[in-house]
Amino acid sequence: MLDTLKLPDHHYLNDGHGLKSWLLTKDHKRIAMMYLISITVMFALGGFFAAGVRLELMTPQGDLFLADTYNKFFTMHGVVMVFFFLIPSTPAVLGNFLIPPMVGAKDLAFPRINLLSLYIFWLGAAFFFYALFSGGVDTGWTFYTPFSSFSSNTNVVPTALGVFISGFSSILTGLNFIVTIHRMRAPGLSWFKLPLFVWAHYATSLIQVLGTPVVAITIIMVFVERAFGFGIFDPVRGGDPVLFQHLFWFYSHPAVYIMIVPALGVMSELISTFTRKTIFGYSFVAFSSLAIAVFGFIVWAHHMFVAGISPYSALVFSFLSFSVAIPSAVKVFNWTATLWKGSISFEPPMLYAYGFMGLFLVGGLTGLFLATLGTDIHLHDTYFVVAHFHYIMVGGAIMGYIGGIHFWWPKMTGRMYSEFGARMSAILVFVGFNLTFFPQFILGYMGMPRRYHAYPDEFQVLNIMSSAGAGVLGIGYILPVIYLTYSLTRGKAAGPNPWGASGLEWQTQSPPVTANFTEPPVVPAEPYEYTPHVAREANLV
Amino acid sequence: MSSKGVPLFPEAASSFATNVDNLYLFIIAVSVFFGVAVIIAMVAFGIIFKQKKPGEVGERIEGNLALELLWSIIPTIISMVMFGWGAQAFFEMRVPPAETMTVYAVGKQWMWKFQHPEGAREINELHVPLGKAVKVLITSEDVLHSLYFPSFRTKMDAIPGRYSQLWFEATKTGTYHIFCTEYCGTNHSGMIGSVVVMEPQEYQAWLAGGSVGGTLAERGEKLFSELACSTCHMDSGQGRGPSLANIVGATAELADGTTVVRDENYLRESIINSQAKIVKGYQPLMPAFQGLINEENLVALVEYVKTKSPAARPTPAPAAAPAASTATTDGMQTPSATGGKN
Ligand SMILES: [Cu+2]
Ligand SMILES: [Cu+2]
Repeated sequence: MLDTLKLPDHHYLNDGHGLKSWLLTKDHKRIAMMYLISITVMFALGGFFAAGVRLELMTPQGDLFLADTYNKFFTMHGVVMVFFFLIPSTPAVLGNFLIPPMVGAKDLAFPRINLLSLYIFWLGAAFFFYALFSGGVDTGWTFYTPFSSFSSNTNVVPTALGVFISGFSSILTGLNFIVTIHRMRAPGLSWFKLPLFVWAHYATSLIQVLGTPVVAITIIMVFVERAFGFGIFDPVRGGDPVLFQHLFWFYSHPAVYIMIVPALGVMSELISTFTRKTIFGYSFVAFSSLAIAVFGFIVWAHHMFVAGISPYSALVFSFLSFSVAIPSAVKVFNWTATLWKGSISFEPPMLYAYGFMGLFLVGGLTGLFLATLGTDIHLHDTYFVVAHFHYIMVGGAIMGYIGGIHFWWPKMTGRMYSEFGARMSAILVFVGFNLTFFPQFILGYMGMPRRYHAYPDEFQVLNIMSSAGAGVLGIGYILPVIYLTYSLTRGKAAGPNPWGASGLEWQTQSPPVTANFTEPPVVPAEPYEYTPHVAREANLV
Repeated sequence: MSSKGVPLFPEAASSFATNVDNLYLFIIAVSVFFGVAVIIAMVAFGIIFKQKKPGEVGERIEGNLALELLWSIIPTIISMVMFGWGAQAFFEMRVPPAETMTVYAVGKQWMWKFQHPEGAREINELHVPLGKAVKVLITSEDVLHSLYFPSFRTKMDAIPGRYSQLWFEATKTGTYHIFCTEYCGTNHSGMIGSVVVMEPQEYQAWLAGGSVGGTLAERGEKLFSELACSTCHMDSGQGRGPSLANIVGATAELADGTTVVRDENYLRESIINSQAKIVKGYQPLMPAFQGLINEENLVALVEYVKTKSPAARPTPAPAAAPAASTATTDGMQTPSATGGKN
């Protein structure tokens, strides 16, 4: 029966042709698609640098690249992945595309500002590319002073400006979401009927708007110190090098939540859809996003337990760090409970959701070792930390993002992709990821420091495992690029609601018209309402 | 444990290493318990509640307050145990015992320089006695570094412009890694070395062999007169600067009315940036030595000033060092063969 489905005649993709119709669009969906292409390019670039790092680390000697080249590789891997891929990923692509239809609106509150945010992102990326092509940068993505302010002779300033500029794109996106969610909900769509995806983006937007200016100011301070010789962080000129870390992590710890919380929102949608039931403890999950956003601002110094801060402040920050672990745990328990008495099926997005839960679980639990003072002193700045944040950032945030892409791809393009390819990809990513990063926990406890170009021989076996895993992971990531691109022209038409999902975005055609809805969506009485009637209709459309 | 197969733990060679390892194992046990429980539930539910026929929907279960409270409160309690144990282990690592011997460490792109009060100086290698509490005062000549002893389970950043400290008591003789764990530029991964734990007698013998140029304090005393510090800071208190006798560990009242405890960081700052804290009753006459004196000489001066406060000083290790000769102030012990490439 699916064969009889056809793409609708009019939709946002064919509403205007030519480059100009895209570059001057105010349609949130087209902007989202342009973000999708942009960050996919950045992801490939970041992945290229990661491949270089993993290749170098296959042998204990620093024999593939010069030390300086290696240092640039891990720095640019971090900068690209954090600032130009992870931070925009789910919000700028999926949030941008889906928040208006999810709240029953035609567009975001400020369509022009939305387009502006994309241009700002491109401008920031242009600065980064300038830095890259003039020789790169080697400070680590954390830009610690005084190394970044007077020691490094690489392109710190253009890179930092690129990060600074792209930060504004993130602020504008956040602002747009907050206003849209407050002001543009369809009649009858009260806060507690909103999809949890929207709640998660609301929490994320608060962090973007409140946190990003702090890192922007910090970057300006580094710039002023480098360019004009003001003593802010350089002790020789009366500055305080540790001040930088306070300012940097005041933003960059919450930034972790900018990356992960939207993915948590995606998870709630996937799990609800493929269990055909509402999320267990909807309000707990909704408020846990807000709790994470708030607590995220008061734990920054857990990155500084060995940076010479007072042991008593370390005590406070350790305690607060545990407080942020609890809402994350609550989410996992709620998703697991949602599976209970569900009607579960394992379409590709659900495979990603399962993979996400496994990896996020490991990422969260290993955070306990780092929040605990006694173990953090030993583990700080070792591969244990590298493994931990990759479980959260890659296992969590990217897995959630790619799962979301697989879930909403039919809505975004109107077409289905190869189910076999998607299953393969989900499995390869899960296996490859664990093979890459699990050995790094052991390396970390063994004492291998991060950012090492060469290392003692006893660490080699685990490093080879890790590099082999990275190869598998790479294939897992390349596959979707192939079958999703292929589906654009050859994929079967998806119909409005191929998964039988409950959200408002599934009430309109796929791909939607520019105004999203041809007739006003019907707001359900409860969030995530699945009745046998709705499900059957969806499956049989 | 090590060498064959995949090693899981570094050697546990300090008084607190076992406590850290036990804490680590405790968190692993908790993590495995919760992790496995959740994964089993996920897989089991996935099998039991697999969709039977198209169009079927799940049962609408909106939540359960008792369960929510249960799985919020239980992890909270368990995490408080981790927090408490972690804090205990942390304070054990951060607060040195009253009786320690002091070693000075200076990080510099890309090497570690260590100085023993008895005079021995080494690069990328640190000799310490077994069973004795060793306090390491750490600073950096350039950017941030971090002094890491994996086998002792401790590390501390080296921060330019101040002293930070760590301490340990080695419990097993042997040679263990020293790593720099704060990224510091080109040869960060070459900024490694080894700590050699020796029987106390051997250590004394080793010290005696390495003390060319006198003790650290003697070098400091020499600098003290070379740099003309002694013309103002007279022990009699008659000089233009305050007497430095018995000041370490004591509280001083400053010109602006505040008070400060005079520790090594205070001494360091008062030399480098002498205008920062002026003792009440004195004029800000002293030149700032910023840029005129390197960290190693600074350490010698600080060590010398500390000898003027015998009460505040923990009794030093019985100095077997026979204040050897006059000669150069640069008796540098060369490391036998360590990692620092290039
Ligand atoms: Cu953090
Ligand atoms: Cu280093």
